[in-house]
Amino acid sequence: MSRIEACFQGRVGGFDLDVAFTAPETGVTALFGPSGCGKTTILRCIAGLERLRYGHFSLSADAVWQDNGYFLPSHRRPVGYVFQEASLFPHVSVMGNLCFGMRRSKNRGIAFDDVVDLLGLVHLLDRASAGLSGGERQRVAIGRALLSQPRLLLMDEPLSALDRFSKDDILPYLERLHDALSIPVIYVSHDISEVERLADRLVLMQEGRVVAAGPIATLLSKPDLPFARRPDAAVVIDATVAEWDAIYGLTRLTAAGTDFLVPGCAGEVGSCRRLRIAAGDVSLCRVAPTQTSILNVLAGRVLARLPGDDHQVGVLLGLGRAGEGVHLIARISKKSWEVLALDVGTEVFAQVKGIALTDVGLE
Amino acid sequence: MGDILGLTVKLATISTLVLLVLGTPLAWWLANSRHWVKEVVATVVALPLVLPPTVLGFYLLVAMSPEGVLSHVLGCLGVAPLAFSFSGLVVGSVIYSLPFVVNPIRNAFEASGVRPMEVASTLRASPLDAFFTVALPLASPGLLTGAILGFAHTVGEFGVVLMIGGSIPGETKVLSIAILDYVETLQWGTAYRLSGVMLGFSFLVILAMTVLEKRLRRHMR
Repeated sequence: MSRIEACFQGRVGGFDLDVAFTAPETGVTALFGPSGCGKTTILRCIAGLERLRYGHFSLSADAVWQDNGYFLPSHRRPVGYVFQEASLFPHVSVMGNLCFGMRRSKNRGIAFDDVVDLLGLVHLLDRASAGLSGGERQRVAIGRALLSQPRLLLMDEPLSALDRFSKDDILPYLERLHDALSIPVIYVSHDISEVERLADRLVLMQEGRVVAAGPIATLLSKPDLPFARRPDAAVVIDATVAEWDAIYGLTRLTAAGTDFLVPGCAGEVGSCRRLRIAAGDVSLCRVAPTQTSILNVLAGRVLARLPGDDHQVGVLLGLGRAGEGVHLIARISKKSWEVLALDVGTEVFAQVKGIALTDVGLE
Repeated sequence: MGDILGLTVKLATISTLVLLVLGTPLAWWLANSRHWVKEVVATVVALPLVLPPTVLGFYLLVAMSPEGVLSHVLGCLGVAPLAFSFSGLVVGSVIYSLPFVVNPIRNAFEASGVRPMEVASTLRASPLDAFFTVALPLASPGLLTGAILGFAHTVGEFGVVLMIGGSIPGETKVLSIAILDYVETLQWGTAYRLSGVMLGFSFLVILAMTVLEKRLRRHMR
């Protein structure tokens, strides 16, 4: 299977950028890291807006955009770029903005009506771009990028310039986009909650280097990465809907041999949903609790103790009898750790108080 | 009096068109280039702002005289000497009014920044395409200001015209020169009327410019 290959080296501002990563041909790959670590520069390099000392980028074997001396100019790279600020053209209407890239592209794979529908733009078409709210502007910008018929969508913190309200307004659209799009997306962000909701893969960056890369579910619970140690650590689990219990109004989902029960109907049997379980919502027992109101009591083993703050510890669990299943993180007090005499390898039962369903399903 | 006004408007219109055609690419280059030469060019463009018109006129006259460098070059191409001709006045006006046209356009290009051009290029627009469909429309308030200033400044110019054009009726005798002539020959009435026309014209130009620019900017925001 062909995949996206990116490699860029050169001096940017005050530091040396030296990154190489690959991404699959579908799904959302998040470039994640603190502000100023070079994420945006990478995106600009991919789009051909910036040129570093060395660069290689190929979308697939037959689509090499940059290599050694070869450099495809920006306007000939089929990318859609969503900037941090919507950057709509003020001299044309919403319609004019949407059609700008479409008119200049030969393909018609992404239909105008579909995009307008997906992003809820119908009532905005005749408006001047000047009068739109922040969320509306960003939606138009996303639509404009999609209609240029890209083979790769680049998004540079599309939510960061928005207030909380507009963010909540636009996130569902992005999640729908994730499900509806067959083109790959590279999404730059420094907000882990966005990444947890939208990304399939994560490239973790720091000061111009790639620290780690892989599926989001794996990286979030990796003990040597900062994610698992955060006070608000969480894991995401991509699970399949297995059964709908109409009597109790519960959906049973399964992932790697473990069952999860969530209230409400989570979707068609066989469809995929992403579960998010916060470390603070997981408590541990040494023996199987027999009388408890908690629906999800999951057997597993302690895989590692994660450094926490003074009085708390994080516990990395592997579900299943031998800890071979999906990972879970529990945040418990230091006292509990000692009273329960927990250690690596201990068999435990995790009580999960809350499971959040994000709207992202996997293809 | 009619031919004087007609000639003046003709000179200003042609000069303004030439200024827009030459000034816009120049302004674009000045706004976007990072080459050190750009500051030198910008200084040369700005020179007419501070030079006494007579100094500029003197150099132009020397260059345009039948023995001048410019005439020599043009002569090889079969063009008659420019001094004391309408074409000569256009050349002089263009040079003299250049900063009044280039600076507002350059400022407008700089104000819209590189982002719109980057957006256009990620939307498949070639640089030339983006220049005409994005950069120019965005800079339209600046273009308008430049055109009006260039026109008005050409109408009002005096020193350069006097030096290189003289006062040949129907050829180089424009409004500002005519007023001087009438004063010198003590035709105060005509001088009054022409000066009044000039005053009213200047007032209207500045008013129109302010109103139009405001409207364009409101449209953009």
